[in-house]
Amino acid sequence: MKTILLTFAGFLMFTVFADAQLKPGDRAVEFNLKNIDGKMVSLSDYSDQKGVIVVFTCNPCPFAKAYENRIIQLHNNFLEKGYPVVAINPNDEEISPEDTFEKMKERAGEKNFPFPYLKDETQAVYKAYGATRTPHIYLLQNDRGTFRVVYIGAIDDNAMDSAAVIQRYVEDAIASLEAGAKPDPEFTKAIGCTIKTKD
Amino acid sequence: MTKAFLTILSVLMLQVMLSGQTVALTDKDGLVDILLAESDTTYVVNFWATWCAPCIQEIGYFQELHNHYVNQKVKVILVSLDFPSQLKQRLTPFLDENNITADVRLMTDLDYNSWINLVDPGWSGAIPATLVFNNRKRTFVEKALSKNELFDIVKQNHY
Repeated sequence: MKTILLTFAGFLMFTVFADAQLKPGDRAVEFNLKNIDGKMVSLSDYSDQKGVIVVFTCNPCPFAKAYENRIIQLHNNFLEKGYPVVAINPNDEEISPEDTFEKMKERAGEKNFPFPYLKDETQAVYKAYGATRTPHIYLLQNDRGTFRVVYIGAIDDNAMDSAAVIQRYVEDAIASLEAGAKPDPEFTKAIGCTIKTKD
Repeated sequence: MTKAFLTILSVLMLQVMLSGQTVALTDKDGLVDILLAESDTTYVVNFWATWCAPCIQEIGYFQELHNHYVNQKVKVILVSLDFPSQLKQRLTPFLDENNITADVRLMTDLDYNSWINLVDPGWSGAIPATLVFNNRKRTFVEKALSKNELFDIVKQNHY
């Protein structure tokens, strides 16, 4: 009986994990990850903010690089309005040697990242969010002290050339939130680098 | 000796010039034209880029596939997602160095959200991704393929 129960529980857990992919409207998943300064950062540390711009990104991906300056700008433009950026590097460093903790520190130093750059060491966080590529944005909105996902996708509609951007998805989404409305679109797709994992 | 050397050099240069792969540019409409092809030809459309390590690992298999099916109704199309600004510096040299002679198209429409779902609603946008289809069967894969996996998919789809 016990075995059956355990098997059943295991099956249930598997189903939960297999389905774990957040959608707009879902409650955000708490995380507690090491920042490049050695300190731990949790989503709950931001409970006094209106929202958080969670960016799954990495060092070597050309799309991540193409967006680095825009991610910095997002943080600088929206920190005061209550929407700071938290960057998370989800890549397995054995498969992607450019994404070690040391290289993350280097890159953050070169670009003067004004936001935390966290290492998803066990890769549990990107999996819980359902991120598939870098960069992959999850805009979270504060909902009475915890967070809800309100937008998932790209930063804007032109990775190569920021001057040629027509739709600024993340900025527009925050403007919608500030106006008391739901972001539209609340989900976009983009080409990006796969998240590097052994699984 | 110098003469022989010069001859060899000029032959080599000529080869480089001759092998220069031409890359067709494509936009969303061009992609849709490929995707809507209603025929008994099996299309193997791979989305890749020169900077994408897992893509580069499998790109040779697509060239082998192209060679293998050259006289059959199988058409390999390699849609490059390199930035259009990198055509001359990166894409063309890469194709030459790796002897890629299959049909390569460079995607110029960077509004990815407007066309990713047209390829497959299940595609998140991560590359490599491969679509194999004809008017009877359709398979989409969002991951790097081994040579066997690729050949098996085509074998299963091909008439």
